[in-house]
Amino acid sequence: MSRRRTKLELDPVTVRKARSLAKRAGRPIVKLATTHTTVSVERAVLRLAGLQGADPDGEPWVNHLVDAVRRDVGIENGVAIPVWNALLSGNHVDLTALAQKAATGSVTFELPKAREHTRARTAARKAATAGLRRIDQNRRERDRLIRRLGDPPKPWIYLIVATGDIYEDMPQAQAAAREGADIVAVIRSTGQSLLDFVPEGPTREGYAGTYATQENFRLMRGALDEVSAELGRYVRLTNYASGLCMPEIATLAGLERLDMMLNDSMYGILFRDINPIRTFVDQRFSRQIHARAGIIINTGEDNYLTTADGIEAAHTVTVSQLLNEFFGKEAGLTDSQLGLGHAFEINPTVPESFRMELAHALLARELFPNAPLKWMPPTKHMTGDVFGGYLLNGFFNLVGSMTEQDILLVGMLTEAVHTPWLSDRDLALLNVRYVFNATRGLSEDFLPAHDGFVVERGRQVLGEAVELLEAICDDGLLNAIGDGTFGLMKRPADAGRGLEGVAKHAADYYNPASDLMAEGFAGKGK
Amino acid sequence: MAKAKAAEPTPSIVRPYGDATGDGMVQVSFTLPIPHHKKAEGAALQLANKMGLDPALVVHAKPMGPDFTFFVVYGRAHHLVELDKVQIVGREFALLSPKEVATAVKKALRRPLVVISACIGTDAHTVGIDAILNIKGWAGEKGLEAYAELEVHNLGAQVSVPDLVASAHRLKADAVLVSQVVTQRDSHIHNVTSMSAAFREAYPAGQAPVLVVGGPRFDEAGAAALGVDRVFVKGTTPGEVASYLVHRLCPPQPSKSTGRKKTAPKSKARGPRR
Repeated sequence: MSRRRTKLELDPVTVRKARSLAKRAGRPIVKLATTHTTVSVERAVLRLAGLQGADPDGEPWVNHLVDAVRRDVGIENGVAIPVWNALLSGNHVDLTALAQKAATGSVTFELPKAREHTRARTAARKAATAGLRRIDQNRRERDRLIRRLGDPPKPWIYLIVATGDIYEDMPQAQAAAREGADIVAVIRSTGQSLLDFVPEGPTREGYAGTYATQENFRLMRGALDEVSAELGRYVRLTNYASGLCMPEIATLAGLERLDMMLNDSMYGILFRDINPIRTFVDQRFSRQIHARAGIIINTGEDNYLTTADGIEAAHTVTVSQLLNEFFGKEAGLTDSQLGLGHAFEINPTVPESFRMELAHALLARELFPNAPLKWMPPTKHMTGDVFGGYLLNGFFNLVGSMTEQDILLVGMLTEAVHTPWLSDRDLALLNVRYVFNATRGLSEDFLPAHDGFVVERGRQVLGEAVELLEAICDDGLLNAIGDGTFGLMKRPADAGRGLEGVAKHAADYYNPASDLMAEGFAGKGK
Repeated sequence: MAKAKAAEPTPSIVRPYGDATGDGMVQVSFTLPIPHHKKAEGAALQLANKMGLDPALVVHAKPMGPDFTFFVVYGRAHHLVELDKVQIVGREFALLSPKEVATAVKKALRRPLVVISACIGTDAHTVGIDAILNIKGWAGEKGLEAYAELEVHNLGAQVSVPDLVASAHRLKADAVLVSQVVTQRDSHIHNVTSMSAAFREAYPAGQAPVLVVGGPRFDEAGAAALGVDRVFVKGTTPGEVASYLVHRLCPPQPSKSTGRKKTAPKSKARGPRR
């Protein structure tokens, strides 16, 4: 699908060099990710095997079970063998019953040898296969619905819903779809990323967002299926696979047919102070699940520019995109699943800011021609001047149109004032429609001058990205993160939240889900 | 507060200005939960009249789905603004340049002034505190980290109150800056009052660091109720914060009486209540 001529005249040698540097910088991290596990990865395996529910205090059974195994034998061998060994050798109806007993301390877990080991391994693999089969079925169901109902044209309009109450969210999401949203994102409650468990059941209380739970996922997907059928286009659902429970939430997303997940390689490290190793390990597993589930990931580069400067830090966005691409592909994602992020965040009072935005957006477009790029609206320079903000959003949309962005997060004129009102959203969509209608096909006519400002700027940013990648390769990515290279935040590898939940693999670590996913679609039914 | 506008003194009563003095013209927009038809425009007009706009003109009415209509209305407000009754929280301190801040700190403390900062509670939105602290600063003005005699420790987002208090002890903080941007159901108020209570508990009376909070949802006059020393709201610059810290912690003429903290700001902050 080489639908685009190259407009920035990027030097193919430099582009190749950037990619190979990203690979070099990322490889040690992959090594780290493939030799460690975390409590959340282990809990995700149990969720994949169908373990749901929580005790009366709301602590999930997966947490009880993993904690119990960890107390007895640690997680460095993986929980699969000790759990299925206990399940097969004890008198337990199912995983839930086992977890309940484990929670009272009446089960002792051990690492079996020889025949028992093989038996546990086979059973664990079977249980994980069943979960993956359900994820595969969901993927096929999505494909079927898209074929039947139709896929909306690009850019996909991305709107956010966030009331805190899932039963309030559902009609709002349906209303947003009727107003024109192709993608509905349910923002999570503030602070969920720092919970080391996934809450259970439908939830009606949240802060500035709604908790991500399996039941909320199911309810919302159902509501959007309803409205998709009504509108004759498949409306996609987005949530957040980030924070301390990234692998579990990714798994739940696959089990409940979510379509897109926010999933950045470094966001949790930088903006939530989650331990880098924990993040990279969790991330790889979650991306394997996303790859399998046909979920498009959205990366979070836009966030760097909310803290760092839109011009000076432009190349850090490119570097992060390249790293996200490398990590994503390594975990099995295809180009069409890489919703790499970038944003319109240059100070509007800077002369030629628009040309620079154009250059940056075009650079992302040309570096990743087949990725569904996610274009994020201004936030940092939205001041409460709603009139000026409305104009700025218009220019944001214009860049989106001229550079053929795929996923357009709709900018609100009341950004930084309040969560969007009905009229804010309506005005925002009016803005989007006007710009995209009026400029339809403009990208065809827009060819920046040979060696002109836009072309030069694109080259310059790519050049700076290559330099930074070289420095990262020399220094190591973990050190670069520790030094505050991204978003100006310093995050050393031996600090941050969730480190205590990380363990290095023992020689015979076993994780049936990782194994099956590495084998690809071999496990698919029929 | 003579605006360099005209030679004559500013009148104590003014009205909104459209294109002529005293015309009282304002613009409002709102949504009514009714379908768009003629009656809807009448409803909008009625609301405008009740809001004190007379005559009012509905210049734009747009259906938003089947059940809502959005309006833009222009009209003449009959209310008068009485300038002598307007109450604001004045700046109780002189605005200093970064250089003056450095000089004042050096003179008064003979060591760097230690500032720690954080977004507390679940709030992860560091834009506000970053704008005040980061070297890059905001709108061309450098942040506190760029100030020579300020030692800044930015603890980042989602810091718990106990961690904040412990850090203040460990770093011997002179001042603690707390930011709260995103809030729901008054969580910013609860977070800050529990923070100030924790500091009162952890330090002997009068020895706690100066507590400064900032965020778009705070009331600038509400410092006392929150148990903090100063509230900064939207539009605050790093220079203002630095100047305030100097004003509180580095009283002039250190040679005379070793600076007792001034109580002036507090009484000033309470001023508008009268």
